[in-house]
Amino acid sequence: MAERCAIVGIGQTHHTARRDDVSIAGLLREAALRALDDAGLDWPDVDAVVIGKAPDMFEGVMMPELYLADALGAVGKPMLRVHTAGSVGGSTAIVAASLIQAGIHERVLTVAFEKQSESNAMWALTVKTPLQAAVVAGAGGYFAPLVRGYMQRSGAPEDTGIRVAVKDRANALKNPYAHIRDPNLTFDAIAGSPMLWDPIRFHETCPSSDGACAMVLTSERAIPRPKLAPAWVHSMAMRSEPTQFAGQEKINPVSGQMCAKEVYSKAGITDPRREIDAAEIYVPFSWFEPMWMENLGFAEVGQGWKMTYEGATALDGDLPVNCSGGVLSSNPIGASGMLRFAEAAMQVRGQAGEHQVDGAKIALGHAYGGGSQFFSMWIVGSARP
Amino acid sequence: MADEAKPVTNIKTPMRLEYRYSAGVATSRFLRGIGQGKILGQRCPSCRKVYVPPRGSCPRCAVPTVEEVELSDEGTITTFAIVRVPSENIDVPLPFASVHVLLDGCDIPFFSVVQECPVDQIRIGMRVQAVWVPKEELTSTLQSIRYFKPTGEPDVPFEKLKEFL
Amino acid sequence: MREVAIVSFAQAPNARRELRNEVEILMPVVQEAVARSGIERPFDFTCSGSSDFLQGQPFAFVMALDAAGAWPPIPESHVEMDGAWALYEAWVKIQTGQAETALVYAFGKSSPGDLPEVLATQLDPYVLAPLWPDAVSLAALQARAYLEKSGHSERDLAEVAARSRRSAKSNPNATVSGDYEVEKLLATPHIADPLRVHDCAPVCDGAVAMVLVAGDRARKVCERPAWIRGIDHRIEPHSLGARDLTVSVSTRLAAEKAGVGRGAVDVAELHAPFTHQELILRDALGLGANVKVNPSGGALCANPMMAAGLARIGEAASRIWDGSARRAVAHATSGPCLQQNLVCVLEGA
Ligand SMILES: [Zn+2]
Repeated sequence: MAERCAIVGIGQTHHTARRDDVSIAGLLREAALRALDDAGLDWPDVDAVVIGKAPDMFEGVMMPELYLADALGAVGKPMLRVHTAGSVGGSTAIVAASLIQAGIHERVLTVAFEKQSESNAMWALTVKTPLQAAVVAGAGGYFAPLVRGYMQRSGAPEDTGIRVAVKDRANALKNPYAHIRDPNLTFDAIAGSPMLWDPIRFHETCPSSDGACAMVLTSERAIPRPKLAPAWVHSMAMRSEPTQFAGQEKINPVSGQMCAKEVYSKAGITDPRREIDAAEIYVPFSWFEPMWMENLGFAEVGQGWKMTYEGATALDGDLPVNCSGGVLSSNPIGASGMLRFAEAAMQVRGQAGEHQVDGAKIALGHAYGGGSQFFSMWIVGSARP
Repeated sequence: MADEAKPVTNIKTPMRLEYRYSAGVATSRFLRGIGQGKILGQRCPSCRKVYVPPRGSCPRCAVPTVEEVELSDEGTITTFAIVRVPSENIDVPLPFASVHVLLDGCDIPFFSVVQECPVDQIRIGMRVQAVWVPKEELTSTLQSIRYFKPTGEPDVPFEKLKEFL
Repeated sequence: MREVAIVSFAQAPNARRELRNEVEILMPVVQEAVARSGIERPFDFTCSGSSDFLQGQPFAFVMALDAAGAWPPIPESHVEMDGAWALYEAWVKIQTGQAETALVYAFGKSSPGDLPEVLATQLDPYVLAPLWPDAVSLAALQARAYLEKSGHSERDLAEVAARSRRSAKSNPNATVSGDYEVEKLLATPHIADPLRVHDCAPVCDGAVAMVLVAGDRARKVCERPAWIRGIDHRIEPHSLGARDLTVSVSTRLAAEKAGVGRGAVDVAELHAPFTHQELILRDALGLGANVKVNPSGGALCANPMMAAGLARIGEAASRIWDGSARRAVAHATSGPCLQQNLVCVLEGA
């Protein structure tokens, strides 16, 4: 009964540590204008705006959609603000696509962003309250023990994480928008980089970026005459579970497994490893690639690292993962999830330039957040579903 | 370029907001316990699992928890990270081990740090014990537990800890 | 559009300072809303509204998930807005055909901070927020402009306050209620001229939950479902200087889209945290003198931030359930001086 949803325009900023030359609004407009231009549409064509970002404390602006309404052409229109922690970029795209699928709007602009340089992300993530012991050092401090647990459980070789980083850093060199584009990041350079949150090394970690991503979504009848054929939403899914409870599986979260099953089954995918041509997965620390390969059902439990090791996830592998360089190479937190969704759509539109997977027809976009507890995913395809 | 034509690329607008937190009912009981040198958890009436610090509910069962359980201050490391990067909110000297400790009698790991042990000797399965501030310095904050230190007991095998990861 | 109804609603007492944490406040409210709905968990969709800045901790909504019942994992989303917009997102999800039931909740713990100051951080971060104009002062600018233009007086504002507080006597969850003489209210000092204490919503902590159900399933579980017959929301320019503060263009537009004018309105629950805003909203919604406004006492008597808008929808639904209204309008607002507004039309048949 749902309307079909097409992705007709995609835009992003050149992600970097500091964008002093633009305001928050300017940063978002850059991505939004690129998406509108890609779609061949203009601000008045947009029916509604859906915006997403991670905690407001990152920029110190409470509910910034209020201040951004003018800059995003939302005046007189409906505007929604989504926040589901790190998965927010993905969830935001899902809310926007739902507006199309529900038949409520014909053309929706969705934008996600983070301008981390405006504040201090580490500070915002670990506000010191008198009630908690201050023992967790930001996201790295939180996730490093989970990585260690995975290493111990799977017996993965210790250099798996380095290999993921080598691949993603090399992919980033093919993506003009990536934040970290450094040809010197060889295996030895990454292996020799300092341990920050042992077992996580500096170069196995995502950067802190200023950046934004935008997409224009339309119903089938409202598809403009874009320069490029649209990508189609084949399926979407979201799953959440509590932060911490007794007996919880933190390394291979059930919410992620369920989300993946749902997104495949709704898209009619029975053998994801074979049927999916490219995947953009939220990997903020390199070890999460093998962990998510298992969680997403691409590999048996305990075997995910072999995909990295055997080159299956490389640009020329059988399941290219993070051809854009991924979160490891660009991390405007609130936008990182939408970038995964958008890059998946770029692949099936044949729009990914140097990091294009030849002939990609079906792609997965994936985002997660919180303590590995919020998941959002979509399957997009070049064919009308 | 003349000054007036140059873009303003940066302004500093310091923000300060003050908050008076309240811990909540369950956490208040827990913190009062800490002030007396005791670690108080809560047992879920439905799944019988014990939580610490308690938040007044079992997230798994989505029911309130009331039954109080006094826990040992000894436990087992289920996993850890060695932190080598400074963090504004943490006062422990670098590098230090950030650990998940499964206190005896509890079903959920407790976040803390380990000291009195070289970081390269910290292992999953290691037995540890809380080191408290002197009795007269006990207050109702988690700062009353300074850190955990090894007890020297034999390690708990990984097989037994798997489900707590 | 697919038929969707509100079948249950619950709220916390709107205390000025809750010593419970957000999960402790929310859990009994969610449990009550679920129990009253007659729908068994799991819900097809769950959506919530809250804002980190209120309690000064990032990811406030993450812990609140403990109260929702998220095991086994649930399809769930969150808006950093008033819960009324969470209800909108849930309604959209049901419209896509991917859900038939939805749990919606919202909470806000404003007491840890200085709310009018905290709300200053909503303003343009480069040119306005650094000046720290507090929310009450901004509302006073709007009130002054409105009184000048409309010919209303401070007495009219006090009458709104007195009527709201009188209505709130029948609302056990009101923060403020009682019989107040207009003369005595007018004898109190201004806090931000022309506004006095009674013109401003009290600061409180609270939580709200409700259940949405589609079509025949709603008829099965609820004797007289409160059907959502229209819902829309619109936003205006952020800068106060760029709008006419004496009218609410976005409310009028949302009301048109939601079809407020398609029939007689019996009851309206308006999210007006300041007395003059009720008058502006009445105009924007085209409500006549015979419409009963804010029988709950409205936000002027209980204003749990991020939950008060959703509470208006719940209160309006309650009037449908108890038969005192056949058609009700609920309204929610967000941002300084009514920048963003949502309008929802509920009908009993
Ligand atoms: Zn339980």
